[in-house]
Parts: sequence; C-alpha cells; structure tokens
Amino acid sequence: MSFDVDIIGRVGDTEIRCRIEPIDGLTVLFGPSGSGKTSVLNMIAGLIDPSHGHIRVAGETLFDEDWDPWNYGSVPAPKRRAGYVFQEPRLFPHLRVRANLLYGRREGAGLDVDETIALLGIAHLLDRWPRTLSGGEARRVAIGRALLSDPRFLLLDEPLSSLDRARREEIMTLIERLRDEVKLPILMVTHDRGEAERLGTRIVEI
Amino acid sequence: MTPELWGIVWLSLKVGGVAVLGCLPVAFALAWLLARGRFPGKLLLDGLVHLPLVVPPVVTGWLLLLAFAPAGPIGSWLESWFGVSVLFRWTGAAIASAVMALPLMVRAMRLSIEAVDRRLEQAAATLGAGRWRVFASVTLPLSLPGVLAGAVLGFARALGEFGATITFVSSVPGETQTLPLAIYAALQMPDGEAQVLRLAGISVLLSLAALLASELIARRAGRGLHVL
Repeated sequence: MSFDVDIIGRVGDTEIRCRIEPIDGLTVLFGPSGSGKTSVLNMIAGLIDPSHGHIRVAGETLFDEDWDPWNYGSVPAPKRRAGYVFQEPRLFPHLRVRANLLYGRREGAGLDVDETIALLGIAHLLDRWPRTLSGGEARRVAIGRALLSDPRFLLLDEPLSSLDRARREEIMTLIERLRDEVKLPILMVTHDRGEAERLGTRIVEI
Repeated sequence: MTPELWGIVWLSLKVGGVAVLGCLPVAFALAWLLARGRFPGKLLLDGLVHLPLVVPPVVTGWLLLLAFAPAGPIGSWLESWFGVSVLFRWTGAAIASAVMALPLMVRAMRLSIEAVDRRLEQAAATLGAGRWRVFASVTLPLSLPGVLAGAVLGFARALGEFGATITFVSSVPGETQTLPLAIYAALQMPDGEAQVLRLAGISVLLSLAALLASELIARRAGRGLHVL
C-alpha cells in the first residue's frame, strides 16, 4: 500500500489539483516550478489542509473532506509520522548536529542510528553546529533526521539538489535501498527527468 | 559608600528585580499574543500595552493609586483576601516599575518571537513534536535572546522610574525611596548637592551596565543564530 491521494487545495491564488493512485514503491511528482508540488507534500505532511478530497498513506486515512471538521477532520502533523525532507535543510540552529538527528527519534525505531549516520557519511559532523555545515552536509543531516524519526512514509522535496555528483550517487543508492529493502512508501519531488526515471516506480506529472 | 547609600541602591535593585521578574511571564504572554495571535481587538490590546509609554507617568501612577487604594477594585480585593496593602510599600513601587517597564519588554520580546522561522516549527511538527514541545524546544530557545534583552531593558527602565512611583506610593525613605526619588529628595535639601552627585553617579553606572548587557545579549544572539 502506498499513497492514495486525490486533493484539491488552494495556496495563495493557485489552485492545486493532484491525484496519485496507490502503487507500491516510489512515486515521483514531476512538474514545472510553481505548479504546487511542494504544497502537495505540505498537505500530505499535515502542514496545510486541502479543501477537498482525501489523503491515505499505507492504508491509513490522514485527511478526508467527509470527516466532520469538528471531530479531527484531519490527522495533526505530529501524529502523521511523515519523514519530510524539505527543500531547505531546516536544521535547528540552536542544536548541534547530533541533537538535530535525534530530535524526532522514537524508541524501537526501524533504522539503527549508527548505521544511518554511517550510511549518510555524517559521523564526523555530529558535534558541529548547523551554521558551519556546507549545503550538501546540511542536506544529508536533514535526511538523517527524517529517517531516524521512524517515519511511516517519506516525503522528499528535491533531495538531490545542491549535492555533488559523488554524494548524489550515494543518496540515490540510499533512496533505492529505502524503496526496495525497507519498503517505505516514498513521494519525491524533482525537476530532473533522469532522477525521476531512475528512482520512480511511476511518475505523476502535475 | 554609607549604609544609607547602600540601602537606597539595594532597594532600587530589589524593586527593579522584582518588577522585572513579576512582569516577565505577563510580558511574554502578551508578546506571544501580539506576535502570533489572531483575534478581534488585537490592535486595542497593542494600544493598551503601549499606553504607559505615552501617557504621562503621573497619570499612570494616579490610575494605579485608584486601583490599589483600599476602596479601589484591586486594593479592596488584596485587603480582603490577603490583608495586605501595597500603598507606601516597596511592593507598590515594584508594581509601578513593572507597569512602566511592560511596553519595552513586550516590544523586544514580540520582535524576537516574530523573528523565529516558522518553517523550523513546521519541521519540528513533522518530526512528531506537539505544540508544547515545539514551543519549548524551538520557539522559546530561538526567541530567548530577545526575551533576555527585553528583561534587561525593562530592568533599566524600572531603575529610572520616577513619576508613577512617587504618585502611587510616595517617597518613603527606606521603603519606596529608590534612586531617582532619593535624588529628587536630596535636591530639595539645602546641602544635598554632594549626595545628589553620588546618587546620580551610581544611577548612571547602573543604567549603563544594564544597557550594555542588553546590547551584548542581542549581539551574541545575532551572531549565533543563522537559519539555513
């Protein structure tokens, strides 16, 4: 089971329509900038609510317009357990890398801390402050932070931008592993056709 | 320094300290409401908070006197429930100082709360943090420098408080006679110049120290917090 989304929402003056049929694996949201791809991720993460439709992920309903709005019309963001990697790293500037990574950590979570840190190649950064990290380093920490919160699904907003070629390859391999071995439902936004075709089980144009 | 002088300085610090500590939660709550709240009457609340900044301090002192007088709405309540009165007491001086310091504290805190990047709070929410955890672990630490700077600024304002205090609780040596009031009293004495000079010197030094502390805190914060 994966993303089952059919939503209409409004952000500013733009109307956003998005329909994703439930298929296992990694879904790529592909489209020009300004088409509302990030807003779709925000709606699935619970940061904004669509005005119509439904959002179901891995069999669980997170939003349904037919729900009584006075009776939790939408599952609040903290309870959705989305592993959301934003376009900007959004690391907490007052916490060191280690504390950032463990911020959303749940006991008994699927992924091992040391293994994740090793996989992302960020072991040497643990005692640093976010402001001292390069763009690529900050992004890897942000990915690690999302993975360690034991997410039920992943939302990746252009996770490969601002990474050099070698790092890109590593992160792509990691995403493939999460897709094939951990079997997390993943929704990924990208501009890059090549990335989309390599990683996506299917591509949804918006 | 004579014991009398120490007494005045100590009283001023006590009044200023209690005023700021008591005012802090109120100021923070108001700053939060004004920065984040959406409710009818927000503009009015904003105006009320800033009133002590623009109304003549004598008027503020007089209004406090009306409220805290034995027959006043707050004074009668204090009297019947706790059997206390703040008139002519240092606690009254602290209340006057707190009211006068409130607008400055709210202003500084409001700015720092508004400057907190909401996107970080969203990130915390997606990581499973509920409202209180987001507040305690993200919003509060990130706005803390502004809160501290506001508190120090409020303390400096409280140290200089004169008009509202003398109107509200009068100038009782050893009880409500803080530095500015003592300076004024010394000025009325035929041979008080030396005393005025000493008190004024201390007063300038204390205020300067508070201002510098506020500036240092703000600067430190500016350097430390870069949000990616």
